[in-house]
Amino acid sequence: MAGQTLYEKIWDRHVVASPPGEPTLLYVDLHLVHEVTSPQAFEGLRLNHRTVRRPDLTLATADHNVPTDPIATPVKDPVSRRQLEALDENCKEFGITLFPRGHENQGIVHVIGPELGVSQPGMTIVCGDSHTSTHGAFGALAFGIGTSEVEHVLATQTLPQQRAKTMSVTVDGEIPSGVSAKDIVLAIVAQLGTGGGAGYVLEYRGNAIRSLSMEGRMTICNMSIEAGARAGLVGVDDTTIDYLRGRPGVPQGELFNDAAVRWRSFVSDDDAGFDAAITLNAADLVPSITWGTNPAQVVALSGVIPSPDDAKDPDQRDSTVRSLEYMGLVPGTPVREIPVDVVFIGSCTNSRIEDLRAAAQVASGHHVAENVRAMVVPGSHRVKKQAEEEGLDAIFRDAGFEWREPGCSMCLGMNPDRLLPNQRSASTSNRNFEGRQGRGGRTHLVSPVVAAATAILGRFASPDEVSA
Amino acid sequence: MKPVRVIEGRAVPLERADVDTDQIIPSDWLKRIERTGFGRGLFSEWRDDPEFVLNKPDYVGATILIAGPRFGTGSSREHAVWALLDFGFEAVIAPSFGDIFQNNSSKQGLVIVQLPVADVEQLNQLVKDDPSTFLVIDVDHLRVEVPEVGWQRTFVLDPMTRDRLLNGWDDIGLTLQREAAITSYEATRSAPSLDGLFDEAGHVTR
Repeated sequence: MAGQTLYEKIWDRHVVASPPGEPTLLYVDLHLVHEVTSPQAFEGLRLNHRTVRRPDLTLATADHNVPTDPIATPVKDPVSRRQLEALDENCKEFGITLFPRGHENQGIVHVIGPELGVSQPGMTIVCGDSHTSTHGAFGALAFGIGTSEVEHVLATQTLPQQRAKTMSVTVDGEIPSGVSAKDIVLAIVAQLGTGGGAGYVLEYRGNAIRSLSMEGRMTICNMSIEAGARAGLVGVDDTTIDYLRGRPGVPQGELFNDAAVRWRSFVSDDDAGFDAAITLNAADLVPSITWGTNPAQVVALSGVIPSPDDAKDPDQRDSTVRSLEYMGLVPGTPVREIPVDVVFIGSCTNSRIEDLRAAAQVASGHHVAENVRAMVVPGSHRVKKQAEEEGLDAIFRDAGFEWREPGCSMCLGMNPDRLLPNQRSASTSNRNFEGRQGRGGRTHLVSPVVAAATAILGRFASPDEVSA
Repeated sequence: MKPVRVIEGRAVPLERADVDTDQIIPSDWLKRIERTGFGRGLFSEWRDDPEFVLNKPDYVGATILIAGPRFGTGSSREHAVWALLDFGFEAVIAPSFGDIFQNNSSKQGLVIVQLPVADVEQLNQLVKDDPSTFLVIDVDHLRVEVPEVGWQRTFVLDPMTRDRLLNGWDDIGLTLQREAAITSYEATRSAPSLDGLFDEAGHVTR
């Protein structure tokens, strides 16, 4: 019998029922909840006189709407405030643990699950947010769901699911210096396209992936959805176990070692078969940015803005023309000559301690260029505290960056952190869609080190251009 | 969910690829806690443009949206589906869709019709040539028709989605009928719970 993929192993362990001709009913081990995609689900429960089946497997945090101003500042937007209050009320009513704005455990939902050690190998994890794929870095099957499904999980702790196909995404070889996890995932999304992963669960493999920290793996799994895949996975290894050891949510002492033995089984068997496979050579990777309005529109930092004439088909040509127009870019322009107005370091993709350390190292001893607004938004209060203990806040502040309170912030501009029309940003977030960071805003996705260098030079730049 | 059997009406040709859910409904609209009233936010960043196809009087009252490849990718926001339904669309025809969007649509009774690119282009041409072109989507027989010109194609829905649409079944109600299976699964599962990890104020207890 052929071996099993990691996806198949997790799937098999969570089957509650598999009625013929119907989707499989899958058990959910952890349901993460935030204020944006849950109010209508809770309302649905109330209307149907239903309750939350497992509040003990449900954890809520405020993240999308929270202002990143000092905590004492009230939430000015009445609609945002009402949504945050609704989360408060719903969690109280249904007995769910909530980390509200300002709480020591509050932060972006995909940052706090891992850092609290509640996202663990072999689990099924869902959240009403497409970047739930992030938790797949721990060898957990984690995916985003809509509000109807949020209600379904609240009421039943299960989800009817069709089994996905599996795709191995292998990155082998040594990662060149200056290339980060963000550059790797941008290359993967560019190769697959925004729809190439649809219907698949991606498993990231190969020695380049193995060489990454958990933060790097989370960055990669996070953006699986940008290639159309609902989930991304990395098999468990020493790096996973070392990251989890000592975190609040994991077993402590001798029990941890027992858990670690169990967790190590969450890898694909050597003889497991995948439905599809792609391979990238790490040595070919370069620091990259997105130039257009979808995350597959990627170009090397050392490259030039592409032309509609480079398109493979009429659809892509139309998309290129539209994207160029929206982004206010001229084909052939060297990327490094494009000035930016705003630099955003944050989001569930790149706001963890390692991301902030890398950016701070570039910024240290330099100053943000004139006319550039640069902001750093830590992913959680725990990240913020850790960064402050390491003195990163002082480095950023001295360099002219704003050091702000945690939240999703300018990744999607549901709080006051938004681009103005025609403002151009270098952003460590995950989506460069039209209007994503504010109506008319022009977003370029970059790694934390490129973001920091770009802030210093006021145009797209790599860290080695920032003189020591 | 109301049962959906046949959708009839005129169609709007969107003719754009890669329309993500941020375009369908911008995040500003996601702050609301209601489930209704999202139609005004549909494609709101494009609707200021009088040339935008949804603003053309010819297409007012259309019930079917003809979209480009990879419609509804990106964010999981079900608000995109609520906005399309609230605006008056009952079905979307496109060459491909975002996974989560497609899933969300099936829960709300928005019919997703996936057709090859060439067929979608033919439909676009028909409704551009004559905006009064009348389409029929038959969920029972999985068929799209333009009766006037004898154009007909079949499409695929997984059997469960089709049954749910035809009967207007509530997913949660169906799953709750499997209460015994859920309880027996829970008796054997070994994954941890959050019980005791946090105190009432959400602070870690250990």
